[in-house]
Amino acid sequence: MKPIRTPVPLLAIFLVFFRIGLFSFGGGLSGWIYREVVTLRGWMSDSDFLSGLALGQVLPGANVTNLSVYIGQQLRGPAGAFCAVLGLLTGPFFAVIGLAVAYDRVVDMPWIQNAMSGAAAAAIGLLLIVAVKGAYQASRRLTSFGILAATFVTVGLLQWPLVPVVLCLAPVSVTLAWPRTGSDA
Amino acid sequence: MRENPLWTLVVVFVPFSLVSIGGGPSIFAGIQHQSVAVYRWVTAREFVDLFAIARAAPGPGSMLVTLLGWKVAGWSGAIVATLALFVPSSLLCYGVSKMWNHYRGRHWHTALENGLAPIGAGLILAGVFAIFRVAGAGLLSWAIAGVSALILAWRPKLSPLLVLLGGAVTFAAVQAGLLRI
Repeated sequence: MKPIRTPVPLLAIFLVFFRIGLFSFGGGLSGWIYREVVTLRGWMSDSDFLSGLALGQVLPGANVTNLSVYIGQQLRGPAGAFCAVLGLLTGPFFAVIGLAVAYDRVVDMPWIQNAMSGAAAAAIGLLLIVAVKGAYQASRRLTSFGILAATFVTVGLLQWPLVPVVLCLAPVSVTLAWPRTGSDA
Repeated sequence: MRENPLWTLVVVFVPFSLVSIGGGPSIFAGIQHQSVAVYRWVTAREFVDLFAIARAAPGPGSMLVTLLGWKVAGWSGAIVATLALFVPSSLLCYGVSKMWNHYRGRHWHTALENGLAPIGAGLILAGVFAIFRVAGAGLLSWAIAGVSALILAWRPKLSPLLVLLGGAVTFAAVQAGLLRI
């Protein structure tokens, strides 16, 4: 809700997402995006980020692309969204083709695959930090914590399909959040 | 009747873009069917290889379509396939984000935001589990993830690249050590 005082430069948006895209192994991207956008630069708040993340997961499209569109849009409108997505996808575009060209040689080198597994595991560490922070914030209210736990158990442990679960939990969660928004605002 | 291959890529991938709810994994089966059985761009074996490459490379797993486009028509195919998969869903997401921003500050918007945040956090936690399940990761991966999280919590300004590099070296070293034993 705090107004953005000076607009974030488009080049800065592009560069942040370019770096994240190029080094994002194994799907830990949202953790890294959180770190760059919220923790280091303060471009948006915790709840801004997390609600955008939930929105992006319900909409069609790769989750991380949607999250980038959301963040870019919030920061600088259409140009911001364009720069964020372009930055995010440019590196991987060339990397994935390069890897495909070199694939036959890479399969014979197990240490490369092991190194990539290790990098992916470390990226999960980034994601864990966001999850712990979110859990900590949610734990200040019993209802929020219950919603977080329900989401994790159904989607993570029971492997229920994500979209129906979110569509069922969201109205409940929003209704529970309703009475307290007046005092928070 | 031979159609322009680039146009075929657009026709095949744009609909997938708009139904890929929950991200890439929800459409991989459909993409496999189209590219192996219907259009015969790649064999089933090649498809599995491309899938593994897309997972190993940085970026979203749905960059798989970039490789399919590359197989079909080289650089132009790769660009067209990538745009066909990412542009439609991004435009939709842009529209929703814009509306979301427009109503910022309203009472119901705050309620929505407060309501969605714990769901987002729960989804991240679930995502951590899902990635490990898909990767078939063992104790070593969990240990690396845990230690990385602790290091980054302790030194938040530390570059994630260093942490990723540390994870890569540790994993490769341990595996190599195990192989020798």
